[in-house]
Amino acid sequence: MNTSLYQNAVVERSRHPRFAGHPAVFDLHGRGANPLCGDAVDVFVTREGMHVAHESHGCAIMTASADLMAGAVAGKSPEEIAALRRSFETTVKTGRENPELGELNALAGVSEFASRIRCATLPWSALAEALDHG
Amino acid sequence: MVGETMSATLQHIDIAAIREDFPILSQQVHGKTFVYLDSGASAQKPRQVIDAMSYVMEAQYANVHRGLHYMSEKTSDAYEVVRDKVAAFINAGSRDEIVFTRNATESINLVAYTYGRTVLKPGDAVAVSQMEHHANLVPWQMLRDAHGTELRIIKITDSGEIDFNSMEEVFADGKVKLLAITQMSNVLGSYTPVERLAKFAHERGAKILLDGSQAIVHRKVDVQAIDADFYVFSGHKLYGPTGIGVLYAKAELLEAMPPFLGGGDMIASVSYEKSTWAKPPHRFEAGTPAIIETIGLGAAIDYVQGIGFEAIAAHEQVLTEHALATLDNIEGLRIIGRAQDRGGVISFVMKDVHAHDIATLLDRQGIAVRAGQHCAEPLMGRLGVTSTARASFGVYTLPEEIDALAAGLQRIRKIFA
Repeated sequence: MNTSLYQNAVVERSRHPRFAGHPAVFDLHGRGANPLCGDAVDVFVTREGMHVAHESHGCAIMTASADLMAGAVAGKSPEEIAALRRSFETTVKTGRENPELGELNALAGVSEFASRIRCATLPWSALAEALDHG
Repeated sequence: MVGETMSATLQHIDIAAIREDFPILSQQVHGKTFVYLDSGASAQKPRQVIDAMSYVMEAQYANVHRGLHYMSEKTSDAYEVVRDKVAAFINAGSRDEIVFTRNATESINLVAYTYGRTVLKPGDAVAVSQMEHHANLVPWQMLRDAHGTELRIIKITDSGEIDFNSMEEVFADGKVKLLAITQMSNVLGSYTPVERLAKFAHERGAKILLDGSQAIVHRKVDVQAIDADFYVFSGHKLYGPTGIGVLYAKAELLEAMPPFLGGGDMIASVSYEKSTWAKPPHRFEAGTPAIIETIGLGAAIDYVQGIGFEAIAAHEQVLTEHALATLDNIEGLRIIGRAQDRGGVISFVMKDVHAHDIATLLDRQGIAVRAGQHCAEPLMGRLGVTSTARASFGVYTLPEEIDALAAGLQRIRKIFA
């Protein structure tokens, strides 16, 4: 079966996320929810060093995406994150990997699953909400 | 293991011949044999339905109930014959008790909007169960908010059956005037004891509305034997087209109900000042109806009756038992709902694998299942899950397709091991 999307990086990061949790202290919070499936992700941002933690209640794609995102945005400015989000969204829609995305390219295969692209982009919406509105 | 059950099935039903009636089943998906296990969401269509609908458009089409010309009369006849077919199909007392709607959802909304706002009074209560589809919950919430009726929820047991102790409590103060309840859960596959529920409601001065969307496909329904006051279903789950549904209601109830939508076809007389209403069922069928789809529904009913419910039930029982046994053998898989009386709708969860990942990975193997909340979000909370995967069967489903599902699930388990 074609399981390219469910390669080790995605399954691994969904099973054993590195940035999961609800920190006691944080500066900004954002939430992404998909009413169609009931999946939801909360992101907690500490501005200093742009540390992002996430609490994910959803599928492997969403959880892995949240975790890879948290790793990718660490230390970046909101402007850099906005640019990264645009690149990431292009990649998950087109399937074209992009060198500047690094580990995030693991999700490029989601482009083959039109109904699942939202799962990959949901954590990024939550992070944007946190950065825009706190 | 399959051999014995297969032959038991084949005594009742020639599945190979049935499958040839469904053109879509010979397709490939992602280069794999198409295994369709999502009939509970919508069933595939047999050639007989497709042909009946094409024939109308090619050879026998005009608007109904208005033309004085040949084509309109022929089309009106073909359309109205379906009302007789539906009445016979569910054993209604009269053809005038059959109202055509868009789907079961519209049928329930029609009852909530008309019966609900006139016969039901503020302070009266409507009772539904914990395992209703949103279609049999949200309209009653809207009625509550608009009209001041109360909405009460009847509990289900952990195995997915109606809890009659909860029924007693909900009905205890005599305020419940309508019990609106499913005949078969679209999530758990449980059948509800409809005759007992009707008797229970009637003894306490309440009417009963049955959501037959799932059950009508699997079981012979006799609304008079059940003593149902209202019965609703959709055509598209019954191998018919989308866009056509049915509301059955006892004649005296329909007679007392005001119209739902206003327009042509539903009036007796119209002046600029006021209008009077046509008699049921036309009172509830404003505007040009779904003529082609209705005729398609007629063909679907003929098709199902041609197979016969005895054969359909036997086939489904074999499939369901085979599926339960097969899925139970998969490590880490849990079937949700263990009702004694159940049919070919099976929800499950797998340890460490989200339902959507299951559905996507099965899809890549050509296997279509549904995943998510199944339009039953509150039930997911009651069951303590966020979502489930669901396999549901039709007359064309093969035991081998359940084996393909099991093999696919084993592969998924390895990916997430």
